Amino acid sequence: MRRLTPYLLALPSWLWLAIFLVVPMAAMASVSLQTGNAIDGYALTFSFSNYSDALARYSTQLGRSLWYGALATVAMLIIGYPVAYWIAFKAGTRKSVYLFLLLLPFFVSFVLRTISWNFLLSDNGILFGTLKDWGLLPGDFHVLATTFAVVGGLTYNFLPFMILPIYVSLERVDPRVVEAAQDLYATRAAAFRRVVLPLSLPGVFAGVLMTFVPATADPVNAAILGGTSNTMIGNIIQTEYLVNLDYPTASALSFTLMAVLLVGIFIYARALGTENVLEAAAR
Amino acid sequence: MRGTRLGDRLLHLYTWLIIIWLSSPIAVMILFGFNDKRSKSNTTWQGFTLRWYAELFEISDLTTALRNSLVIAVVSTVVTVVIGTMLGLALGRHRFRGAGTTNFLVFAAISTPELVMGASLLSLFVSGNVPRDAITIIIAHVLFSLSFVVVTVRARVVGLDPALEEAARDLGATAWGTFRQVTLPSIMPGVLAGAMLSFALSIDDYVVTSFVNGSTVTFPLWIVGAVKTGIPPQVNVMGTLIFGIGVLIAIANAVAARRRA
Repeated sequence: MRRLTPYLLALPSWLWLAIFLVVPMAAMASVSLQTGNAIDGYALTFSFSNYSDALARYSTQLGRSLWYGALATVAMLIIGYPVAYWIAFKAGTRKSVYLFLLLLPFFVSFVLRTISWNFLLSDNGILFGTLKDWGLLPGDFHVLATTFAVVGGLTYNFLPFMILPIYVSLERVDPRVVEAAQDLYATRAAAFRRVVLPLSLPGVFAGVLMTFVPATADPVNAAILGGTSNTMIGNIIQTEYLVNLDYPTASALSFTLMAVLLVGIFIYARALGTENVLEAAAR
Repeated sequence: MRGTRLGDRLLHLYTWLIIIWLSSPIAVMILFGFNDKRSKSNTTWQGFTLRWYAELFEISDLTTALRNSLVIAVVSTVVTVVIGTMLGLALGRHRFRGAGTTNFLVFAAISTPELVMGASLLSLFVSGNVPRDAITIIIAHVLFSLSFVVVTVRARVVGLDPALEEAARDLGATAWGTFRQVTLPSIMPGVLAGAMLSFALSIDDYVVTSFVNGSTVTFPLWIVGAVKTGIPPQVNVMGTLIFGIGVLIAIANAVAARRRA
């Protein structure tokens, strides 16, 4: 009985993960190779051309998603690192208060936050409308429906996921190690570059992983903050699946997106060890 | 050392600017729940009112969507916490065949983009002619929350001294008695953290839900659907109330944790 215990404990989750994570991937692989139409139904014909057709039609949006995801990730890293650094080393006993303040947005629904930005940035809204009334901005000035709005929205929405893992890794750095570097005549800049920064790299890796993937695959920011020239792959997949009912094209696109992202993730995870990534993800 | 202090002060100021930036949409949301708007759109400030709080449940579709979200969040959290805690115990306490594969699956479930998870579940349901409703939404929500519960519980189990459980057994406790009186209280903070995370993930989810909802509408789905026609102030009020309750629970939890320590 005791030897069976772990298997019994794991069984329900195994079933859940097998039936609703592994099998659906197989189902999606199958659907991505089918041909037919929404009315008569689809049949499996091993039509690999679905992939080349889908890519030919939507390579712009796929490339744009990777580009926006990368831009937002770099922006989050640059914006977030100093915040994580200050909280880890200088916030003293107030660390948890600052972390709580950074997490406040998570108490508001993701779509509602994005809509609030749409509202704040709207062409004649409380911000730009007022500035235009004062004559500080030209009448045709706008931010919505630009790359800046979408990348800005992605940066805003996922920033805490960048700050937290970096904070966790910086928090573990023993301040005496930094003092030792300075005792050995390292300047503050050199001590940061050669001691603190390398020790925080696992956090940076985890942060990049936790932000790049959801930012690249996100359909919400492009839908709410972008215009017709900012469509991302997530919007295409949603439309193909839910509006056009073109399941093979949508599945082929989803698979391509996942392949591109997962290859990247597993290279990262290998370099880092899955336990570390999961540990960072859990915080 | 004067320059150092200046740098620290600038970073302190910078941190506050980022906090203000992150919080500004929340301030807008709360403020415009009090806006006495006359026209259809709620985009300019027209005076203070409490009308939308009084008429909170006047839009019946929105009320239904909020109720659906709450029911789905509660049910999926209960399921996730039960099966996720079991797996967390198995992974943290026991060595068994398949533990490596299980760890991989737990990691895969966290790292699969929401969009791909939703799309693959819809492929399964379409292939199997499964009708999409609240049940399929709950299935999906348990799937994406599960790993978070497993990871938080496992971390707690790993930190627990096995000698405590052995002592309980030596003193004549049954296996179930040991679990209920020794193991469960020790891992409770991890279980609670996992539960709060699952609830928050579920009530907030738009992407996965948009694939598997059928004709069932949840709070986030209703809001996105209403973007084109204009978001009514009731949405702001509901968002404000959810925000307030969430913050209160988090603060109460932090205070309780400090008392325990």
